[in-house]
Amino acid sequence: MMSIWINEHSKVLVQGITGSQGTFHATIMIEYGTDIVGGVTPGKGGLLLDMAEKSVSVYDSMFEAIQATDADASVIYVPPPFAAEAIMEAADAFDQIKGEGVIVCITEGIPTLDMVKAVAYVNQRPGIKLIGPNCPGIITPGKDGGCKIGIMPGHIHKKGRIGIVSKSGTLTYEAVAQTMSIGEGQSTCIGIGGDPVNGTGFIDCLAGFQADLQTEAIVMIGEIGGTAEEDAAAWAAENVTKPIVGFVAGATAPPGKRMGHAGAIISGGKGTAAEKFAAFELAGIHIAKDPSEIGAVLAAALKEAGLL
Amino acid sequence: MFRKAGVNVLEGVHCTSIEDALSAYDSLGSKVVAVKSQIHAGGRGKGTLYSPESGEKVMVGGVKIAFSREDVELYSRNILGNKLVTIQTGEDGKIVNNLYVEAGCAIAHEYYLAILVDREAKAVLIMASTEGGMDIEEVAKNTPEALHKVWVDPAAGLLGFQKRNLGMDLELSGAALKSFFGLLGKLYDVFVMNDCAMIEINPLVRSEDDEIIALDAKVSFDDNASFRHKEWEDIRDLGEEDDAEVRAKELGLSYVKLDGDIGCLVNGAGLAMATMDVIQLYGGEPANFLDIGGGAGEDTVNAAFEIILEDPNVKGILVNIFGGIQRCDIVANGVLASVEKMGLEVPLVIRLSGTNYKEGRAIIDASDLQTYSVDTLAEGAKKIVELIGGEQ
Repeated sequence: MMSIWINEHSKVLVQGITGSQGTFHATIMIEYGTDIVGGVTPGKGGLLLDMAEKSVSVYDSMFEAIQATDADASVIYVPPPFAAEAIMEAADAFDQIKGEGVIVCITEGIPTLDMVKAVAYVNQRPGIKLIGPNCPGIITPGKDGGCKIGIMPGHIHKKGRIGIVSKSGTLTYEAVAQTMSIGEGQSTCIGIGGDPVNGTGFIDCLAGFQADLQTEAIVMIGEIGGTAEEDAAAWAAENVTKPIVGFVAGATAPPGKRMGHAGAIISGGKGTAAEKFAAFELAGIHIAKDPSEIGAVLAAALKEAGLL
Repeated sequence: MFRKAGVNVLEGVHCTSIEDALSAYDSLGSKVVAVKSQIHAGGRGKGTLYSPESGEKVMVGGVKIAFSREDVELYSRNILGNKLVTIQTGEDGKIVNNLYVEAGCAIAHEYYLAILVDREAKAVLIMASTEGGMDIEEVAKNTPEALHKVWVDPAAGLLGFQKRNLGMDLELSGAALKSFFGLLGKLYDVFVMNDCAMIEINPLVRSEDDEIIALDAKVSFDDNASFRHKEWEDIRDLGEEDDAEVRAKELGLSYVKLDGDIGCLVNGAGLAMATMDVIQLYGGEPANFLDIGGGAGEDTVNAAFEIILEDPNVKGILVNIFGGIQRCDIVANGVLASVEKMGLEVPLVIRLSGTNYKEGRAIIDASDLQTYSVDTLAEGAKKIVELIGGEQ
């Protein structure tokens, strides 16, 4: 296996392709090298869009689109009131036609109870993987171009051996820049999103990186709120042999205040950065207290593991 | 909200003056009433009231049982306009402008009940305990076995056996169990229909005639669902929210005021938190959390500057941008426009990285603006801390 979940040849559909966000990002994804095979907007089926010198077909439903294109993944740029429904439509279509598929939901601001329903729906279909919502997406840089599904700036990435998983968008970019600063590229980078209820979590990603032949080390970036980082650290201690570098944002966040992301809140004294750093330390994860030091800590971890 | 949904609650009247409270007492026709401070924080019963001017202690307890008209007058005078400090408000407390006067009830036992979303289980969780009236964090810590939990399958909804079993866990039987069963079903519906983030009932009581009644409740809503709940505008008490935070939200910014003196302007919530953390790591104190979002225009940057500079504590500003969708040249132009408009008397450190950072830097360098450009967040944090004369 090389890279995780998506590769340079993955065929991707864009849900909400005729909206302004959908059109804008579909074009940039094509420019990066992503194989965008079509888009879905109910009521706009049959339309042909010209994007970055490519002609992209629009379909009325995900079912129709997957049947016509044999797509492997879809990315959702649908506004919050309709986004959970779009996730479930994609899950149903991928499950019925292929028994598997990757769904990436970029949308920010989906009601939590909608996500509770959508995540349960996805989990009933074991071949389906949901990334997000409220995330930058997933990218597997290639030798020339690659597969970028989401809104991250493609040009900062390079193919390599570091896997990155993060709750935050811009901090993922920061981590990418840090790997580049020591001459390392990335296998796959995944933003799992900052909402309280989301799809794929840290543990899924760590398991993917551990099994992946291309990935030799992992950078994991968490933030305050919930206990996903603690759970992932405990799991990693037992199951991950590759070196991990960890950072947690929000050490200075006051309790009870939501810090931008819906899930980033310390409630009832739980979910603090201090607890998460402590869990990382206990699990043997190499800690960076400052994101500008991720590169240096990673270099040291690679050296220690005999990889540098 | 509860009454409309048919959840058992005691009769009560919302009051904003002593006169209101007295006429409420007369109209309720109950000899014993509870006089309750209404603020958006828990722990009111065990809170303390202080005079906002002198800071002198006025009364212990933000929820009082009144046995007479005179009691009602005394308690409402002690509560209204004074500052209530509870375990959840922080030292500053909150000024109480609203009261709730509620008919009394003969209580046989007090319970605790909460409905919330369990992030880890990705499902709605109902928690209940026989230890009502107490601080639930204490209960969870000291006697976790007394806290009973039920998770709701989103496809099936809350099922009859779950309501029954939870009631039996609370050692209820007969008429009381039946009453609990009905109340829990209605409360769950309230939670789902209203997109609540949390409903906490403390205490939930069993009366001497075996009725289950929600005596006091705290409800919070999921902000993400506001598009389908126009009615929230009516119940929102802006007086309880930080003015700058409300305005920032209207402008599409995410802002939280803090106590330090270094203003931060950042794109992305995670990076904004990390910026605060790194400032502190290098000996400074952040004045705020501020995320301008993705793809902000010059006017958004302008609004962000305005909000940061309004804070009189701010002695320096750190701009930290990692451009993804966000273009650094747009931020640079926004910074220049803001400084031209508002003037700048404090040092400014700018770190631009990612999309169009070269163009952004060129714009800053070409201007006569007194700023310091840096390459990394760490350099930026060290520089601003040094410039405002803090330790390194």
